[in-house]
Amino acid sequence: MTPEMLLNLSIVILLIPVLDFAFLIFFGKKLGRASGFIGTSVLGIDLILALIVAFVRLTQYPNETMQQYKFDWINLGNTSVTLGIGIDNLTAIMLIVVTLISFLVHLFSMEYMREDSRFSRFYAYLGLFTFSMLGIVIANNFLNMFIFWELVGVSSYLLIGFWYEKDSAANAGKKAFIVNRIGDLGFLIGLMIIYSTYGTFIFEDVFGKIHAGILPFNSGFWLTLMGILVFGGAIGKSAQFPLHVWLPDAMEGPTPVSALIHAATMVAAGVYLTARVYPMFTADALLFIAYIGALTAFIAATIAITQIDFKRVLAYSTVSQLGYMVMGLGVGAFTSGFMHLVTHAWFKALLFLASGSVIHAMHHSMHKAHNHDMDPQDIRNMGGLRKTMPITYITFLFATIAISGIPLTSGFLSKDGILAGTLAFGELSGHWFIPIAGFGAAAITAFYMFRLTIIAFHGKPKTSIAEHTHENNGFITIPLIVLAVLSFWFFYSMNPLNPDEGWFHQRTQAPQSAVPASLMWNFMNPEKEINANENINVSNNSSHIISNELNKTGIPAFLVTHTLASQPKVETEFKETLHHAHVPAMILSLIVAISGMILSFVYYQFKVYDPDSIVNLYPWLYKGSFNKWFFDEIYQATFINGTIGLAKVGAWFDFNVIDGIVNFTATIGRGLGHITGIFDFHVIDGLVNLSAKISGWLGTALRKPQSGTIQAYLVLTVLGLVVLILLFI
Amino acid sequence: MEIGLTHFLIISGILFSLGLFGIATRKNAIMVLMSMELILNSANINFIAFSRFGGFNMEGQIAALFVIILAAAEVAVALAIVLNIYQNYHHVNVDEINKLKG
Repeated sequence: MTPEMLLNLSIVILLIPVLDFAFLIFFGKKLGRASGFIGTSVLGIDLILALIVAFVRLTQYPNETMQQYKFDWINLGNTSVTLGIGIDNLTAIMLIVVTLISFLVHLFSMEYMREDSRFSRFYAYLGLFTFSMLGIVIANNFLNMFIFWELVGVSSYLLIGFWYEKDSAANAGKKAFIVNRIGDLGFLIGLMIIYSTYGTFIFEDVFGKIHAGILPFNSGFWLTLMGILVFGGAIGKSAQFPLHVWLPDAMEGPTPVSALIHAATMVAAGVYLTARVYPMFTADALLFIAYIGALTAFIAATIAITQIDFKRVLAYSTVSQLGYMVMGLGVGAFTSGFMHLVTHAWFKALLFLASGSVIHAMHHSMHKAHNHDMDPQDIRNMGGLRKTMPITYITFLFATIAISGIPLTSGFLSKDGILAGTLAFGELSGHWFIPIAGFGAAAITAFYMFRLTIIAFHGKPKTSIAEHTHENNGFITIPLIVLAVLSFWFFYSMNPLNPDEGWFHQRTQAPQSAVPASLMWNFMNPEKEINANENINVSNNSSHIISNELNKTGIPAFLVTHTLASQPKVETEFKETLHHAHVPAMILSLIVAISGMILSFVYYQFKVYDPDSIVNLYPWLYKGSFNKWFFDEIYQATFINGTIGLAKVGAWFDFNVIDGIVNFTATIGRGLGHITGIFDFHVIDGLVNLSAKISGWLGTALRKPQSGTIQAYLVLTVLGLVVLILLFI
Repeated sequence: MEIGLTHFLIISGILFSLGLFGIATRKNAIMVLMSMELILNSANINFIAFSRFGGFNMEGQIAALFVIILAAAEVAVALAIVLNIYQNYHHVNVDEINKLKG
């Protein structure tokens, strides 16, 4: 397949869901349930096309740079805005992730949303979301990405607030949108700096110009700030600390939506953005990213321990895992960070869909028992679901094992890589907080995930509702099984302990950093290590390519590619340390994961100790975690009340000062009007009345001779004639 | 004393003035009509006098004949009107016939 065909096909992949959206939004009401079949089969076609594109790209052109289309969108004098789409290895993998999960969620919703009155609307929104997400994935420039970034925000808003009759859902939608806007503002400012400095949005041109030494405002600080601002978009969209508060609330949306948007794809967009613009991050920006990720991973994990809502536990788990990915990218474990995005997408979508399956079953059971007061999402009402819902249980257990990072799962491969990266990073840079937070979060993750599994699925049913649940039908179980299978290791690497030789790692090598050497981490600078190893060949080779590109296009193009590792690989000190850190990290992560798991079994399965004893021991710790460390309350007290206070001050100012000035000018105007009014009444009207009166007098005077007596007229006529004769003759 | 054009014109002027005086002062419609006859006849005298002394041929006399015919027709119409007025008002005082005055 030629590259052109590949690109055309990916445009088709992009456009299919939006046509689906348009069709369903206009004709969905008439189609009723058929709209679900249409949406699902359309996404099935999309999935097949995506698989073809990804397969061709990953097997036929694994070493090529990004294959792309560019076109001028706006030409204004000498400046122009160029847009386009591009396919590289990251894109190819993301295409599969987005379309497959979208397809499975479409399938799942056929059953889950069966009774909803806005069934077709739901499918239309899913189509819109899929379109926008694919748009982000195949963008080859910042502007395209930003446009679809916002579209994703809109569709997320629509889907979170899908049950807008509930106040909580409507508010959650607003919260998600507004919190996202804060991050997007940073992204937008970053884009402005990029365009004003480089005059282009295309990734490779921007990176090429950075590589050529052009810096915003000629300062490394601004380059760092530019990176952090663009990363701000990721903080919002990927729910990183301190903007993570919207994601748990977004669980008000339907559960398939949570699986699609708030676990697997949209929240991963921030991570994808970070990976996509990776070459432009300076050492300081990367450190910032790593700290944000580590903080997020740890804080969210501690909150997840005490939550009692099934979906909220998973939501905080998602936030924590996203923190992992961001941390992985920040410390330089690019491949593992991106791989965690993919593996996490499978098993977190699975966890959410399984939770949807449980909630659906609980709902049905409640419906049969005519009980409408219980919360079907509260894990304290569950228990014993292992027996009644075996398929859901087993698939859920798979995902739990995967997210905990137990070997033979996909989660182990990616998580272990990230943890090894943090260890190497800590060793080389001295920032030991990051690996400590990473390993701590890993232990807590294992603990809370098994806590959730045990409370919800093991033991005896805690309510009669839970006792009478039944396994759901194929629409729900098939997606679960598919995703569970994808959580095995062999999809990514044949070696279950080390993914380095697997196809995934081979095809998603970290791109070279484009920033000047002085702004890079010393240990990530390839030049330094190359000189030490006297590996001149590689250096020659790469500079050769760059100068070639320079001659062709006039601007130095930068290779944004993820070449096969079998190509002459750029060795850095970091990679070497990472290599050495692999085994200790593996052992350490296994220890923490298994200890977390055992602890959870001790407390919840065998009940050796009562969990309440710890709660009583450290009540403030429990309260803090249960109340999400009071983030919402703090934001309410500071930002929201601050904003409202500011608005009140503004309103006071408006009412008293602005309105005062306006009223004052109005009073002056009124006074002037009064004066002119007097003038009008007495002078102008006086004149008018005077002329009228004169006319009146004249009329009265002239009426007298008009007596109607012809004889008088005749006399007057004769007299007049006589006078005329006397005068003129 | 030769009787010339001037004498005729004086007669005609007196006749005209009397007619005018009659029209202006009489209240009876019949009297007004009669005064109008005086004015018409003064004009006739003028026509004939100019025809005799002014070097004109027969045109003056023909015009006088026309005026006599016109006066006869006018009197016929006017007397009919006066008769109708009398039937409505039971008098023919022209200054009291003012129903059409606004």
